[in-house]
Amino acid sequence: MTTSELVISGLRASVGSTEILKGIDLTIRSGEVHAIMGPNGSGKSTLSHVVMGKPGYEVTAGSVTLNGVEILGLPTWQRAQAGLFLAMQYPTEVPGVSLSDVLSVAYQAGERSADELDDVLKAEAERIGFDHDLLRRSLNVDMSGGEKKRNETLQLGVLKPKIAILDELDSGLDVDALRQVSRRVEAATEEDGLGVLVITHYSRLLNELRADRIHVLAQGRIVDSGGPEMAEALESSGYAAYGGDAEAVPAAAADPFADPFA
Amino acid sequence: MNSPFLPVDDEALQRLGDRSDRNALAAVAAAMSLPTTETEQWRYSPIGELALDGLQPATEPTGIEPPVSVIAGGAARATIIDGFLISAEVADGWQAKGVSIAIATDRLVDLSPSLDTTSDDVIESSIFDAMHSAFSPGAIVITVPEGVAVDEPIIVRNHHAGVGVASFPHLIVEAGEASSVVVIEIQTSVAGKALSVPVVELKAGKAANLRYVAVQEHDTDHWQIGRQLSNIDGQATLNTDVAAFGARYARIRTDSRLAGRGSTAKMSAGYYGDGDQIHDFRVFQHHDARDTRSDLLFKGAQDARSGSIYTGMIHIHEDGAGSNAFQTNRNVKLSDDAWAWSVPNLEIENNEVHCSHASTVSPVDGDQQFYLQARGVPPVVADRLIVAGFYREVIDRMPMQVRDEVRRLVDEKLDRRDGER
Repeated sequence: MTTSELVISGLRASVGSTEILKGIDLTIRSGEVHAIMGPNGSGKSTLSHVVMGKPGYEVTAGSVTLNGVEILGLPTWQRAQAGLFLAMQYPTEVPGVSLSDVLSVAYQAGERSADELDDVLKAEAERIGFDHDLLRRSLNVDMSGGEKKRNETLQLGVLKPKIAILDELDSGLDVDALRQVSRRVEAATEEDGLGVLVITHYSRLLNELRADRIHVLAQGRIVDSGGPEMAEALESSGYAAYGGDAEAVPAAAADPFADPFA
Repeated sequence: MNSPFLPVDDEALQRLGDRSDRNALAAVAAAMSLPTTETEQWRYSPIGELALDGLQPATEPTGIEPPVSVIAGGAARATIIDGFLISAEVADGWQAKGVSIAIATDRLVDLSPSLDTTSDDVIESSIFDAMHSAFSPGAIVITVPEGVAVDEPIIVRNHHAGVGVASFPHLIVEAGEASSVVVIEIQTSVAGKALSVPVVELKAGKAANLRYVAVQEHDTDHWQIGRQLSNIDGQATLNTDVAAFGARYARIRTDSRLAGRGSTAKMSAGYYGDGDQIHDFRVFQHHDARDTRSDLLFKGAQDARSGSIYTGMIHIHEDGAGSNAFQTNRNVKLSDDAWAWSVPNLEIENNEVHCSHASTVSPVDGDQQFYLQARGVPPVVADRLIVAGFYREVIDRMPMQVRDEVRRLVDEKLDRRDGER
């Protein structure tokens, strides 16, 4: 198993004239699970979007490398092909396009044989309790919140990325689903050496998916880092100490992708 | 006599067939003017570019074979060239049950609504109706008798072969009481400037189940100005599907009349324009009777400089209590120069009804693009998937026999798009 490394250094990014990420430094290696926690509007989702290359953000400084290769200049699809994966907070509905359609063209674009894709899909669906019938259905259309998150995890299992960013994977999941999804991600860290960056507001997910390192993101900066024990501390004390929820809203208002219901 | 629109002489009219009223009808047409974009009904159309004076009405073609039909088999097959029935064939078993294809020269398009000067429609289609009545060689009538359930489709191959020619095909499908049948019409044309003015009349008898599909693959210089008139009796269901991919300008005015209590009309269309094509749909859902239901879903894409027009009207008559009527028109604009007008309307004269309408015109969704690209799908391929997926909803509503062909037409457009990018 080769070792992979995602290195984010000095990353600054803006939406319009508002700077949201104000210098992020973070390294994630194969097999590691890092969690980024933070109040609403701290820039958590922005970080995931900027790393994946979602349009609408301007990177003003810094770099993101995967195994030494700068990815900020690459289009999104090439970042994915290079081994990055983003499980989205709100998986987009794509009418008329099935999961197997997408994964087979993703395989082809990466010059991987799609011959056994059907079997892989079925095996992955089995593993996380995803209904087989949903494999042929339009992506994320008429799926419950839990089904959508299982679907994201299933794609992670099939695409076998090197580094995965899981943006609020726990939202919309019940306890059983949360456990299944967490087991699958953990298995990927062990079997495939997946490196994981978990983005979450609550420590609930971290009860199931053990993080090696926890980072607190506030106002666009990582303001604290520590071991897994930090999750519990944050659970009881909240983000007030980091100037989070108490502050006036500008950062939340500036991030168009922030969860309005969180 | 000389029409200012089509250079028609008596001899030409004679050749169209033995009908004494042609001269009079041609005179009616000659006295009318072409509509202009000043009128609401033609506002967004390119009607001002139509030059009738360069066109001859079609005469019976000889020795012309239409391109091979993509759909094989069928309970019956008819070949129409330039509006003339060239061949008709009904499989023995169905012939024995009374299924027939015949010519009726006396079944003219009913001009009475068009000649009603109190109606807005008079401006809209009267000249084309009048020309159709004068120049159509006769109606091709497909009849399915009462109680007969035809379990294979009837295939109509409608080809326009004459360049510089105007053709006036007339197809009538009569599904008798409690019968069922699927009619699939494939429309093609040779390369070159030409006009076809097709009229399709669909009559679903009581409790009949009639399905009509038109796959329009005309040449991109071809003009089509057509009408689809339907009448649906009590408890009957009429499904109509249109797949419009060809023509320079293709307009279909549809009047779907839910005439009997408990009747249903399900209408779908998938259309895709590129180059300078314009697809124009004017659709009227007339709920004349109680407890009727209509469900319309039209979806189209516009690339390059192409455009589309959708004007829909749900009209619930005062006797239409308990009606349910839905119309949805969705458009995806694939280029900055493309355009789409979508104008759904409701006219409701009875309060005990349930109606809805929805319409959208938007570019390919950025979130969908990002989602697929984030899975490793290149942008061009992602857009193909999204656009093909956009059509799946309407293709899934079409009969099995045409789905592959419609998918192929979508792919062909997408190939051209990718080739130009």
